Amino acid sequence: MDMTNQKRAPLYEALERFRRQRVVPFDVPGHKRGRGNPELVELLGQRCVGIDVNSMKPLDNLCHPVSIIADAEALAADAFGAAHAFFMVGGTTSAVQAMVLSACKAGEKVILPRNVHKSAINALVLCGAEPVYIDPKVDTRLGIPLGMELADVKKAMEENPDAKALLINNPSYYGICSDLRSLVKLAHEHNMLALVDEAHGTHFYFSDELPVSAMEAGADMASVSMHKSGGSLTQSSLLLTGPAMNAGYVSQIINLTQTTSASYLLMSSLDISRRNLALRGKASFEKVARMSEYARREINDIGGYYAYGRELINGSSVYDFDVTKLAVLTSSIGLAGIEVYDMLRDEYDIQIEFGDISNILAYISIGDSLQDIERLVGALSDIARQYAAPKKDIFSAEYISPKVCASPQAAFYADKESLPLKETCGRICAEFVMCYPPGIPILAPGEMITDEILDYIIYAREKGCSMQGPESLDISRLNVLKEGTY
Amino acid sequence: MAYWYEEMHTGNVKMGIRVEKQLCSETSEYQRIEVFQSPEFGRFLASDGSVIFSEADEFTYDEMIVHVPMAVHPNVQRVLVIGGGDGGVARELSHYDEIEAIDVVEQDKLFIDVCKTWFPDNACGLDDPRVTVYNENPLRFLRSRSNYYDLIINDCTDPLGHAAGMFTKEFYGNCYRALRTDGIMVYQHGSPFYDEDEESCRAMHRKAFKSFPIHRVYQAHIPTCPAGYWLFGFASKQYHPIRDFDEKRWDDRHIKTWYYTTHLHRGAFLLPRYVEDLLKEEETRL
Repeated sequence: MDMTNQKRAPLYEALERFRRQRVVPFDVPGHKRGRGNPELVELLGQRCVGIDVNSMKPLDNLCHPVSIIADAEALAADAFGAAHAFFMVGGTTSAVQAMVLSACKAGEKVILPRNVHKSAINALVLCGAEPVYIDPKVDTRLGIPLGMELADVKKAMEENPDAKALLINNPSYYGICSDLRSLVKLAHEHNMLALVDEAHGTHFYFSDELPVSAMEAGADMASVSMHKSGGSLTQSSLLLTGPAMNAGYVSQIINLTQTTSASYLLMSSLDISRRNLALRGKASFEKVARMSEYARREINDIGGYYAYGRELINGSSVYDFDVTKLAVLTSSIGLAGIEVYDMLRDEYDIQIEFGDISNILAYISIGDSLQDIERLVGALSDIARQYAAPKKDIFSAEYISPKVCASPQAAFYADKESLPLKETCGRICAEFVMCYPPGIPILAPGEMITDEILDYIIYAREKGCSMQGPESLDISRLNVLKEGTY
Repeated sequence: MAYWYEEMHTGNVKMGIRVEKQLCSETSEYQRIEVFQSPEFGRFLASDGSVIFSEADEFTYDEMIVHVPMAVHPNVQRVLVIGGGDGGVARELSHYDEIEAIDVVEQDKLFIDVCKTWFPDNACGLDDPRVTVYNENPLRFLRSRSNYYDLIINDCTDPLGHAAGMFTKEFYGNCYRALRTDGIMVYQHGSPFYDEDEESCRAMHRKAFKSFPIHRVYQAHIPTCPAGYWLFGFASKQYHPIRDFDEKRWDDRHIKTWYYTTHLHRGAFLLPRYVEDLLKEEETRL
């Protein structure tokens, strides 16, 4: 990384130059630097609406970057050790979809763990590729999916030598990492591309203490949620590519679905955040790791809870652990994660990232202070004092192995009928069902509905998880494939 | 030359104190602390632009936050003071012989150092041999204590600043656990007059109401506070501030005060209608 260059922020600098020029706008957006929408200025401030501008020669164009955006992307590529970096304005969802669409087309196979984000399976609906799922190992005590094991991946590759790519989810929402270097090596040995959904791992690029990043491990593409640990605005993200990828082709794929009016607020936030990470990221993430480790110790001292960390590392399904993550097992005090999540917000004015059936996850970042950590720990201690119950019989696992009967695309577009939830057992599902967050599918289009899955859906719904995906918003019904159509 | 300290009490109301000189300005990781010399209030200390106490009126809340619970609880042995790094609360506590230990948890060491230098009459309270000072986060300190204290005094004043954690449900809950079965907690309850202060006043009452079986609010007149009007919270597991108030026992101690009297004790719990109403609204909102 060229540290002198990294002090620059070409997009930000160009916007500053542009602001001083006081150009009269006879172009979109129609609010004209906010003058046409005073309420919006009241809400966002003049500086913000003033740089909400359209693509133009001095500000380049994200669809075909040739000047300042190209420069900003080159600096990002250098900062992340990639051959090329694409600024993404449709969230990391758009980055994951661009990876899948760049790697395979209709009828081709992708090997992926089941606990991928729905964006990856949505990409399969879009392009018609077929999933080959790897069962993630599950920690039955914590009820969380772990990483992919090499032997499982190797077996899937040998059974499906025609697969085009391996998609790796690393780290998981909970901080679990797979053996990334070996997985990438394995993919390349089988002539497959290695794609990494690195939505939760932006900080890996800026620390020697944290697990290996996708680019360092030799991956071909990686989707990096700059807006998560990187500090940029919500919806901004990066797609990184390695030297083996044709950047021109990836750019064409991105432009299939990307807006032609990319927001300069989002893009400049990527530029500024990249500079901040390059210059100060190492120190910042050391502080974040220290705060998380402190919180883990204090929470474990309360008794009852289990805030897990590096002791989970086992050399295979938990090859490494991201210590900046703070996930806490709550079922051990008789409370579902989602219950604790709701209590923290409703009674303690603390908003955490998510609660699942057995765990909560608090997102610790460069914006936190030790005083706020004390509040979280204090609240958990108070919840344990007031609400701890005998350990309940909670589902041992979040993961139920899917039976894939049709490709996601075929099932999504097939003739279907709507049935009451309880009558769907044995049928093929035509839609997604997931708890959100973390957004990992319980059912994806093309998969068999079983009793076990129905029990899980009903339990999660009763516990107050936000269930998303189906047309029927309260999940009282599911769309299934018409019999005889598959 | 006119030299004025100004503090915004709301977006539209400003308090001004003419000062003679600035004695100190220092910044810690928690706050910016300034000490001024003024003709009307003597020396006063401001944290992040808000007056915390002045020589002229500090006796009011130091006395009201100490003597009110001490005149109710029959046998206080262990006291925890949260904040209170100036020593004023400890100084008032040192009048009571039955107290065995006074733990003062003030996370900002700089605050103590500044007070020792500029307010020796308050800081002398910390020299009492029964006092132990902990420079720790109070929430963290409380987590390791249960069924231990007879009295907890929360002397933090600003529910929005660096001490925000001391005005939360988890704080009241952790205090409840740290108290013995007949323990009392008193705390700064803010000023109810201006609209923007009223909301935090309501929120505080809501949280204390949920956490303790007995919870009453009492008042005092403090010139440097917003609207000159300040409330205190009295949260208790067993003792009622009026029914269990032992006037004679306290008077027999012959403690010299400037604000607190046993007559005033009863009166302080009689609140204006608008304050009674807003407290009641929070109690019935649940």
